Amino acid sequence: MPVITYREAIRQAIDEEMARDERVFLMGEEVARYNGAYKVSQGLLDKYGPRRVIDTPITEAGFTGIGIGAAMAGLRPVVEWMTFNFSLLALDQVINNAAKLRHMSGGQVSIPIVFRGPNGPAEYLSSQHSQALQSLFAHIPGLLVVAPATPYDAKGLLKTAIRNDNPVVFLESELMYSWQGEVPEREYTIPLGKADIKRQGRDVTLITYSKPLKLVQEAAQRLAETGVEAEIIDLRSIRPLDEEAVYSSVKKTNRCVIVDETWPFASVASHVGWLISCNCFDYLDAPVEIVTSEDVPMPYNHRLELEVQPTVEKILRAVERAMYKPIGTFQ
Amino acid sequence: MDLKNHDTGFLLKLLEQMLLIRRFEEKAAQMYGLRKIGGFCHLYIGQEAVAVGSIAALDLGKDYVLTGYRDHGHALVCGMSPNAAMAELFGKATGCSKGKGGSMHLFDTEHHMYGGNGIVGGHIPIAAGVAFKIKYNAEAGVVLCYFGDGAIHQGVFHETLNMARIWNLPIVFICENNQYGMGTDFRRVSSVLDFSVMGGSYEVPAKQVDGMKVLEVYEETAKAVKLAREEGMPSFLEMKTYRYRGHSMSDPARYRTKEELDENRRLDPILMHKQDLIAAGLLTEDEYKAMDKRCIAICDEAVRYAEESPVPPLEAMYEDILA
Repeated sequence: MPVITYREAIRQAIDEEMARDERVFLMGEEVARYNGAYKVSQGLLDKYGPRRVIDTPITEAGFTGIGIGAAMAGLRPVVEWMTFNFSLLALDQVINNAAKLRHMSGGQVSIPIVFRGPNGPAEYLSSQHSQALQSLFAHIPGLLVVAPATPYDAKGLLKTAIRNDNPVVFLESELMYSWQGEVPEREYTIPLGKADIKRQGRDVTLITYSKPLKLVQEAAQRLAETGVEAEIIDLRSIRPLDEEAVYSSVKKTNRCVIVDETWPFASVASHVGWLISCNCFDYLDAPVEIVTSEDVPMPYNHRLELEVQPTVEKILRAVERAMYKPIGTFQ
Repeated sequence: MDLKNHDTGFLLKLLEQMLLIRRFEEKAAQMYGLRKIGGFCHLYIGQEAVAVGSIAALDLGKDYVLTGYRDHGHALVCGMSPNAAMAELFGKATGCSKGKGGSMHLFDTEHHMYGGNGIVGGHIPIAAGVAFKIKYNAEAGVVLCYFGDGAIHQGVFHETLNMARIWNLPIVFICENNQYGMGTDFRRVSSVLDFSVMGGSYEVPAKQVDGMKVLEVYEETAKAVKLAREEGMPSFLEMKTYRYRGHSMSDPARYRTKEELDENRRLDPILMHKQDLIAAGLLTEDEYKAMDKRCIAICDEAVRYAEESPVPPLEAMYEDILA
């Protein structure tokens, strides 16, 4: 099976869906002639031309709204935000229009649109350019929120997102773009709302999604060396949320740590933790632990910025708390 | 404006549409007073010539209308049934939006009326998105996008005007300058008093139009629609108009004088058009009274329909969110 980057997986998904459906087009800042600020749209202008691969002015609210209107009228836009930090300028369009038009028209319209781009911290970018904003979008009924962490998941989920008839917020990451993974040459899609068990285990459930997956995998490796078998649930999609996959794992391991790179307050992690407390209370041997970013804006200094985010050490300490034992003594 | 350039049936239709809006809005105000309608209810009384004159320039088989929250008039002119509109105001299941949108969110996609939007200026790029679809699919349609003088300073108006121009979108931006953004006189918050100069910033053809004269509105809109349809050139029209009621039902409109209101009432678009038709011998006072009776009967029937319609069942709250 070919090994490709996450960036290439996203590009293939857009390319294949544009080839498949004339209504699909890509718009955003630098997506066409520049081939994408992060080179995700490399070659698409040459292949599809300026009618379907469209450079916009730097007007996030404006071009996001135009995308939403085009979707309402029957097209299937893929709107790229150069980063999710800039999506904040378009929030009125996303929350008041994309998420509401179907509802307030009594179901007369649908909004088949994908908003995508890099979300969350990269490196050395300080606070305005290092924000994991998924909780904000996940809060809004009427939006779907998808956050894959591997090239395989990214391609299969983006293709599904483009075919979905609802607004989908699709979260990528600058650092993930160069991650590699196997992606089959045959066409495939992955349904939204289906978590993936990235590692089987019996002792503790580690729930995560998006970029922290690698940290969680490393932590699981360290735990295995001490005899603790962690199960990793990659949510992949936040809305819809695969509650069944979460509950069945927690009911098996009786312990749970949620790793989420957002801020802790009213986060995806806190919501999933609450769901587990409600639905698996009798199965839990310890309170659900949460590892998130620190509740601070991101500093520029590299040592500080790394420590603001979830780390392998923080995950291991949380597992220790969930197991009431120091790592290494559990047998 | 020369009435002779127009078919009599067309001229009478304009009058009847304005009158229907007037009577509908009066009925809505009455029902609001009886608490049959709640929340925000923005009446179109005084501004009827804008929606009626401009939409008369469209072919709604291929053209589209989007507007803000003062939307009852546009919806009726597009062809929405007064019953469905009134039922929506009443929050009934038979309303055009199943009682989920209310006064500010009238939608009738069958008649190409795409809302009914509650955030000042928020729908301007959405309207351009509909125009984008028309261009993308090489269709022949044009979008009319209405908003008030309050929306003219929102960023998305300027962002959208720019993109409509660089992408040649078939859209006509229509600012209904009723002179007050809620309670604020536009002269207090605008660096320019002639909004049409803003078109120049983006090389979008723009002009001021007397929005109290229905034929002038029609003729200027028709030119702009032709430009959009044939050349993909967007336009911007500032329609000078006036609302006789407060911003919404809860607004006593103390920010303006009685003299100002009286002066503007003399420019009543219905009164002026009616007088023109009578002077030209195209209408008699009796015919006008019969027309008015028809409009009143339609609105009475809309109220009866809304009253007798069922409320949405509780489980409806979970419906129409995702496709």
